[in-house]
Amino acid sequence: MIEAGTPVPAFTLKRGDGNDFTPADLEGQKSVLVFYPFAFSPVCTDQLNLYEEMLDEFRAKGATLYGVSCDATYAQAAFAEKLGVTIEQLSDFEPKGAVCQAFGVYHEGGFPQRALVIVGPDGVVQWSYQAASPGDLPGANLIFDALER
Amino acid sequence: MAELGSAPVPAPGDEDHRRGPAPGPDTPLIIVYADFECPYCAATELRLRELPLHAVFRHFPVRSSHPRAWPAACAAEAAASQGRFWEMHDALFDDQARLADPHLWARAHELGLDLERFDAERRDPATAERVKRDFRSGVRAGVVTTPTLFEWRDGAATRVDAAELMARLGGT
Repeated sequence: MIEAGTPVPAFTLKRGDGNDFTPADLEGQKSVLVFYPFAFSPVCTDQLNLYEEMLDEFRAKGATLYGVSCDATYAQAAFAEKLGVTIEQLSDFEPKGAVCQAFGVYHEGGFPQRALVIVGPDGVVQWSYQAASPGDLPGANLIFDALER
Repeated sequence: MAELGSAPVPAPGDEDHRRGPAPGPDTPLIIVYADFECPYCAATELRLRELPLHAVFRHFPVRSSHPRAWPAACAAEAAASQGRFWEMHDALFDDQARLADPHLWARAHELGLDLERFDAERRDPATAERVKRDFRSGVRAGVVTTPTLFEWRDGAATRVDAAELMARLGGT
């Protein structure tokens, strides 16, 4: 997967309103990209719920979270609405998984690995992490370890 | 803002909610991180009550899927300030379908609490901070979902599977 010190590759994700989300949208802020396998799956549900609960603390560290999956924007919106999660969702639906591949987090099964990437305001990756298995849920403490470093 | 990076599970202390026989070779000290609106927590809690163990309860409410988790946690803390934490704890887990404010008041009434004090204290920011303290300690220890159980032994916490614990202690 993409490693710390590497500038983010060129990419285009889709926002919920259909507009593009590109590296320009990461500039000037610290971003946490949360790559998750599937909307509505049990572990992804727990993961987004947990991170949502910590949003104030992430904001206090100056970090903005984004959920990234290969689900269509409508599915992501329904997922977030069902959970009551406000973390912005970004879709890597078409061409499917292209952004996940660019970040080196595309599972051979056709979905994102469960991975976390922190991008600095300069567009350079500051930290990255991939769970040993898509079924493993990385604790929020790991993100805070990286943000507090 | 307290740091939130990784840290061990805090040792059980006087400020924790605890019940059961004194910890010993046959009565493990079990720390439970749980959410009053989580059905898996309720199922686990019902079984834990029957086991010979020393229980420590810590809050881990997650509001997005469980919108009444925080009000319920704060209600338990407000009951605690009148010495009735475990009674409220059990009453909440016993009927998760009724966690709206009137249901919380009804439980407080049934427990004989001073209702005005109960209602003021459950809304007090200091009460939410008490709940958050537990939640943060869980986050730092890598808790990601509920219920999460740890066994405290020899000065350290080890994660323990609820089913394994029940089998070990003779539960069902």
